[in-house]
Amino acid sequence: MSDPLLRLSGLTKAYPGVIANSDVSFDIHKGEVHALLGENGAGKSTLVKMIYGLVKPDSGTMTLNGAPFTPPAPRAARLSGVAMVFQHFSLFEALNVAENIALGMEDAPKQRDLAAKIKDVSHQYGLPLDPYMRVGDLSAGERQRVEIIRCLLQNPKILIMDEPTSVLTPQEVEILFKTLRQLKAEGTAILYISHKLEEIRSLCDTATILRLGKKVATCTPAETSAKELAEMMVGETLHVPERAAGEFGEVLLDVNGLSAPAPSEFGTALKNVCFTVRAGEILGIGGVAGNGQDELLGALSGEVRAPAGAVSLRGKDISRLGPQERRSLGVLAAPEERLGHAAVPDMSLTENAMLSGAIRKGLVSSGFLNWGKAKDFADEVIKAFDVRTPSASNAARSLSGGNLQKFVIGREVLQDPDVLVVNQPTWGVDASAAAAIRQSLMDLAEKGAALVVISQDLDELMEISDHFAALNEGRLSATRPIQGLSVEEIGLMMGGVHDHSGANLEGAA
Amino acid sequence: MDLSSINPILLIASLMVSATPILLAALGELVVEKSGVLNLGVEGMMITGAICGFAIGVNTGSPVLGFMFAAICGALLSLAFGILTQYLLSNQVATGLGLTLVGLGLSSLIGKPYEGIKSPTLQKMEIPILSDLPIVGRMLFSHDPMVYFSIALVAVVWAVLKYTRAGLILRAVGESHDAAHALGYKVVRIRIMAILFGGACAGLAGAYISLVRVPQWTEGMTAGAGWIALAIVVFASWKPWRILIGAYLFGGVTVLQLNLQAAGAKVPVEVLSMSPYLITILVLVIISARGNHGAPAALGKIFHASR
Amino acid sequence: MIRLEKRAQPSKLWTLATPFVAVVLTMIVGGIMFAMLGSDPFEAIRIIFWDPLFSEQFAAYSRPQLLVKAGPLILIAIGISMGFKAGIWNIGAEGQYIIGAICGAGMGLAFYPAESFIIFPLMILAGALGGWAWAMIPAVLKVRFGTNEILVSLMLVYVAEAFLASVSSGLLKNPDGMGFPGSRNLQQYPAAANLEIFQGSGMHWGVLTAFLAVIFAYVLLSRHMLGFQIRLTGEAPRAAKFAGVNPARIVFLCLGMAGALAGMAGMFEVAGPAGQITIDFNSGYGFTAIIVAFLGRLHPVGILLAGLLMALTYIGGELASLMLGIPGAAIQLFQGMLLFFLLATDVFINFRIRLSKTEAV
Repeated sequence: MSDPLLRLSGLTKAYPGVIANSDVSFDIHKGEVHALLGENGAGKSTLVKMIYGLVKPDSGTMTLNGAPFTPPAPRAARLSGVAMVFQHFSLFEALNVAENIALGMEDAPKQRDLAAKIKDVSHQYGLPLDPYMRVGDLSAGERQRVEIIRCLLQNPKILIMDEPTSVLTPQEVEILFKTLRQLKAEGTAILYISHKLEEIRSLCDTATILRLGKKVATCTPAETSAKELAEMMVGETLHVPERAAGEFGEVLLDVNGLSAPAPSEFGTALKNVCFTVRAGEILGIGGVAGNGQDELLGALSGEVRAPAGAVSLRGKDISRLGPQERRSLGVLAAPEERLGHAAVPDMSLTENAMLSGAIRKGLVSSGFLNWGKAKDFADEVIKAFDVRTPSASNAARSLSGGNLQKFVIGREVLQDPDVLVVNQPTWGVDASAAAAIRQSLMDLAEKGAALVVISQDLDELMEISDHFAALNEGRLSATRPIQGLSVEEIGLMMGGVHDHSGANLEGAA
Repeated sequence: MDLSSINPILLIASLMVSATPILLAALGELVVEKSGVLNLGVEGMMITGAICGFAIGVNTGSPVLGFMFAAICGALLSLAFGILTQYLLSNQVATGLGLTLVGLGLSSLIGKPYEGIKSPTLQKMEIPILSDLPIVGRMLFSHDPMVYFSIALVAVVWAVLKYTRAGLILRAVGESHDAAHALGYKVVRIRIMAILFGGACAGLAGAYISLVRVPQWTEGMTAGAGWIALAIVVFASWKPWRILIGAYLFGGVTVLQLNLQAAGAKVPVEVLSMSPYLITILVLVIISARGNHGAPAALGKIFHASR
Repeated sequence: MIRLEKRAQPSKLWTLATPFVAVVLTMIVGGIMFAMLGSDPFEAIRIIFWDPLFSEQFAAYSRPQLLVKAGPLILIAIGISMGFKAGIWNIGAEGQYIIGAICGAGMGLAFYPAESFIIFPLMILAGALGGWAWAMIPAVLKVRFGTNEILVSLMLVYVAEAFLASVSSGLLKNPDGMGFPGSRNLQQYPAAANLEIFQGSGMHWGVLTAFLAVIFAYVLLSRHMLGFQIRLTGEAPRAAKFAGVNPARIVFLCLGMAGALAGMAGMFEVAGPAGQITIDFNSGYGFTAIIVAFLGRLHPVGILLAGLLMALTYIGGELASLMLGIPGAAIQLFQGMLLFFLLATDVFINFRIRLSKTEAV
């Protein structure tokens, strides 16, 4: 075996109260696709940030091509041939593609030359891009291309990709994998971060698995089953909830011709969304991020008023009602963004319980707030959903993502909704919390509530939904029973091709 | 009233003079806001620049030294704002207001001994040939150097923002500090530099009022010009050339109402003297009704690099 | 290398402590400033903070003055603090105060020289309505067009000042004033005078109203849905919408309350301590109240204490200028510094300082 391109030995990084990485060592070779696998909070991001020069290790060393590698800043890492495609936060929406790319390069050429180069490289790798488009106007998949091209223009030796497929449709994933295989053939090493096991098994040569900041194993994913990988990642055998096909009751929520203008410059307009959900049914709504998920939740929760007649509960029009009025009728919601939307970061859990529970839990009488009762309700949620926190008087932001998510979902579930709309119920949540949340949603449906679960995690939707539909640019596909639906078909629905006439996919050509 | 007593040539010429301080201050604030920082302390930095420039101008007899010192004082005061908002992560709105209150107090404290004194002022700079042109010559080409400097500064700021890498990085920091940080740019350092530039511009603007436009020191003499500069940045949709248009429009209103007062217009004096402020409100309403396009996305948000 | 590290949740200790730390820091830096101005810093600090309350020579005069000065500051600060809590930056309270004073005085003077118990309540109402209406201008523009309330409310201060100049030498000018600008003195018109409730206490109707406003605001913010909605709007606007808050209503409510309270403060001032509408009867209370609101942590009880403290610096400042010749502007600077130090030390509420070997990125 040849000398490794990048060798990590004994990397350790601690934050107050958390050890993000403890004594992590592994090698990456030229032309290798190396998976970094682990749950949320396993320490993947911190490890990668150390390689990219954003964070300095407390101890341990790295060598690149045999020489010591201690990048003091991302710039130094880039100069040494390390490039990174981020999951979030690295594009500037108001700037155009070429400007965005120039910002990530050390010696960016003139705009016009750069634009020509972008066109060249993007075609060479099958990722077409217009250099003068504003990034804010691009789809999630196209934005990722911007990041990838930005990296490729610098001929990296190592390309780090952080959860690259979470924003892509299955077809777009195929295109990406083709590009990555091409890069691998050219000798580029790829460090691929993901928690999606099947992807890793099909793409990666080697996998390093992290759990609670420690390396658990390095293995060859093609020779390891998905179940084994999952168990190494989680460290225990997981209880997978089962969804029994049940009888559905009357139609509770009827959405018919729901349209709404885009709330902001970079938002998505809803266009003629139609669906129904019956008592006891879970409707899963899939789709790539930024296709109208937030807007749909807002229109159903009442944050945005819908045109008259568009949303009805048991045949009664509720389109023009606000969130509190809808709550009193039994329509509840749990938004995706935990801090700042579903909960107020600097307020206590008691105050956050008051936020949505005021009416249904009788926490308010003639305008005056009953804090005693609100605390009781918060305690009830904490107890029933196993929320780990010293007390209900702690601020929401002091909770970990998983615990806060349990609180947010629990707060709505314990109000006995007739209709519950949730967006990304398990986003960024560790596996055991995710399983508990899914179980509680299914139990709620069992009791006769109608649920709309919006999620970008297809596996999750496959697991808990009865029916499936997909959002694409604010349009909702026809609703179909989940059973018998193939990944292929789901991909087409997410890509906006609703019939099966074999339409071309943009970008595949 | 006697409208014929208003001389259009002098009107345009004095318009340029009265617009210059607002132009300078607004241009500085534009750069600050482009970097994602909202500094509401322009008024405070201006008035401090006004007295500091005036004091040095009187004591040394050199208005040029006065301007330089005013720029330094404005920058120093803005540095306090920068340290508070960038390192100590204080609320930018509150800190900007505080800066204005401090500036007003500081200036009247320093200014006590300087009341009623006349300062040396800048010499007019007659541009050869052009200033000899009929009408246009006196109107546009025989001003003091700061008038030309301010216009040149507009061009420089525009070109730097549009064509240079430094400008691109500044805009990027103002759009998303998290993304800029992830790419390895020193967000705080870049913002501090923008804040210092804004402070220096505000200082110059203040000194222009006390050394050229009036030229005298009276307490509170900026009379809201700093706030108007803030409004002009919004009016200009964060575009340098539109700052020039906005400042000159505003200068026009101010000069016109002063001329109307002098000409004995039938409109009450109070209505005329409140007109610049009313027009600013009106302009703000028109601009905001159209939608605040062009505001940097991270404007006023606090940046803290966690993890 | 010093690094800031975010606390898991806001520190209660520091929330209470920072105003005191800020006062101490201001005393130290202020003392240095006084020394530079040629006065004994210890004596100056003593004269400002101690003598008005406890010196035998001055306390009898100063103690009532404390309430007279604190009354309007507290009243205005309570109003604007509601808006600040909701992220609505009404910094034009000075204008609302002026308009309230003009409306209140105008109402009283309209009845001159009639005597009736109804006149004074009508004046309070007129003052409140005047301030309210003046604050509704930025409110309506913000809700209808999204216009920035900071700039509009501030511009309206200058408009109000021009208006004040106009009425004090026009509409409300004292017909028996021998041509001098300024209205009739309301102190000499019993039906309209804002008199002390207890002789020699400084406690006039405005001070009483300020205390009532503190109680009202406390109950509203801690016990009532509206107060909860105001806090939600400021903390997390999206979460507020999720909770069913109508943002426009909060804008109207916050600006309206601030305007009405500032208007009343103006009316009480002009009918009491100031006595008459003059071109410069307003003494910047509307701006100082911003410092009071922040120093009081936007909390009603905090504002009560901060208002008293700020009133103390006013009176102490006058005393210092009398005794030591420290210019009045130094006190203004002193107050501004207090706000600055407060904002600077506030960082400890949400962050703790760490000394670390590695450089912060």
